[in-house]
Amino acid sequence: MTSEHAPIIEMRNIEKHFGSVIALAGVSVDVFPGECHCLLGDNGAGKSTFIKTMSGVHKPTAGEIMFEGKPMHFADPRDAISAGIATVHQHLAMIPLMSVSRNFFMGNEPVKKVGPLKLFDHDYANNVTMEEMRKMGINLRGPDQAVGTLSGGERQTVAIARAVHFGAKVLILDEPTSALGVRQTANVLATIDKVRKQGIAVVFITHNVRHALAVGDRFTVLNRGKTLGTAQRGQITPEELQDMMAGGQEMVALEGSLGGTV
Amino acid sequence: MTDTAQTPEQDERVKEISSFRKALIRPELGGICGTVLVFLFFAIFAGNSGMFNSQGVLNWSTVSAQFMIIAVGACLLMIAGEFDLSVGSMIGFAGMMIAIFSVSLGWPVWIAIILAFLICMSIGALNGYIVIKTGLPSFIVTLAFLFILRGFTIFIPQQLENRTIIGGISDAAEGDWLAPLFGGQVGGWFFEFLGERGLIEVFERGTRAGEPVVDGIPMLIVWALVLVAFGHFLLTRTQFGNWIFAAGGDAEAARNSGVPVNAVKIKMFIMTAFCATVFATCQVMEFGSAAADRGILKEFEAIIAVVIGGALLTGGYGSVIGAALGALIFGVVQQGLFFTGVESSLFRVFLGVILLLAVILNTYIRRLITGER
Repeated sequence: MTSEHAPIIEMRNIEKHFGSVIALAGVSVDVFPGECHCLLGDNGAGKSTFIKTMSGVHKPTAGEIMFEGKPMHFADPRDAISAGIATVHQHLAMIPLMSVSRNFFMGNEPVKKVGPLKLFDHDYANNVTMEEMRKMGINLRGPDQAVGTLSGGERQTVAIARAVHFGAKVLILDEPTSALGVRQTANVLATIDKVRKQGIAVVFITHNVRHALAVGDRFTVLNRGKTLGTAQRGQITPEELQDMMAGGQEMVALEGSLGGTV
Repeated sequence: MTDTAQTPEQDERVKEISSFRKALIRPELGGICGTVLVFLFFAIFAGNSGMFNSQGVLNWSTVSAQFMIIAVGACLLMIAGEFDLSVGSMIGFAGMMIAIFSVSLGWPVWIAIILAFLICMSIGALNGYIVIKTGLPSFIVTLAFLFILRGFTIFIPQQLENRTIIGGISDAAEGDWLAPLFGGQVGGWFFEFLGERGLIEVFERGTRAGEPVVDGIPMLIVWALVLVAFGHFLLTRTQFGNWIFAAGGDAEAARNSGVPVNAVKIKMFIMTAFCATVFATCQVMEFGSAAADRGILKEFEAIIAVVIGGALLTGGYGSVIGAALGALIFGVVQQGLFFTGVESSLFRVFLGVILLLAVILNTYIRRLITGER
């Protein structure tokens, strides 16, 4: 881990209230470049609100965000994106009917000028797409292959590769493995590992302890809008993590009755 | 597809697809096959009926060009994920505006034409704005404008002139600089040349003896070809084209990626209105009159041409070339049935059948592309 560096993003005592509902009641998390920081929590723990605050969708009610050592105030998601915070959502920003390369450059199309005309530079787009996908370990049939023909895991990988290509410094992955099979999950986890090794800070949101332990450097557990604590890799067992997420008591009882399979 | 320098190692999970299947997932395929079949059919059954001499060719080319002009707009709009049912009424309305400005009010024709374009494109923008702001289906919003515009097209000339057909535009357009851009002809010298060489028919007697029967290509056809070329180029070769696909494929995903979806959709509504007005202006200049019943059902004919051309009704997929071929099939069959002497009402039967076949084929192709089952 690169703890001798400064954290690229630091969230201090973030609070977020929606009317009378307190979604976040003081959450602190910091993420270092080249680290995979797993954010765990059960449904309703405030994971989604927290990452939406980090990516500029919500403004925190209280608390401060430090990005690269300076206080940051994101007006909207575009601010966060241009600062280098990219989010890959559960519901992907991918269009099945369009080719991989058209999807890859959607909204950021490479343009080549021919006289007064600005053309979509298909050659460049196709080459870059093939190259980036090969780096992530996916061999496309061709850059014109439709995204609809890719598996869920491959689509996640395209989305991650796209974020990395467009200069993400912090990559937020919102439950990228929640709807995937075993094999596809392994592919996505391998992708996360590759991205981390490029020095990008990864925030990996999940409620699956095994997926988190497979790639995480540090683990922060959220429960009922609060940070329950951050643990280093190797300092915590899967059982402890699981208990923290579920809030202890009931889970222990349930696990007992299910024979420890959860 | 471009060849990358290095060939990637094959992935055993990616099945090789045959070139046949690859050809099948091009949106134009249906249009190409249909065009070949239609021409074969009429070459056999109407080969010596005059359908393929210079006059016959001009006849079905002109009809096809009419369909093409409105199909280009409808195609781009459908790929962007919206419909415009007000195209037919817009054609009637635009023509009537030109007639009222130039004949009833006596303004120069070029001002009348420019005003008609401005008014209609504003209405197109309004259509788009309402669809975007309310989130209602464009089907309903433009259906409302189908009636609103048709109503005004009948009401305004009745109030001003006590009739629903306004003539005399040809006289008004005499010597105008803009009118020939819509009602004129080009390439007359070329046809004279062909006539002199005996390659096309010439008049045998009368005052025009020796002149070719066809004395030029109507501007209508030129407009159709220019619009098709423009639409195809815009869609496949520009950044904006990618945004059109994205806006129709999944508006939410496109927005998340920074595509200005609302602006794209509104621009495509304006484009559709522009195409309708081009159609109307050409028609008014050719007939020299505007009538309140012009353009009825044209919106559906445009949509049918687009669907035959391989576009999906749900948006995000399609081709301008395909739509142009759809329009060509349309025009050739409509006029071909006339040449073969088949009862013209059967044209509608043909339309219904081919529309159904095209939609079924498109749904199948969609499954092939997206890998759905």
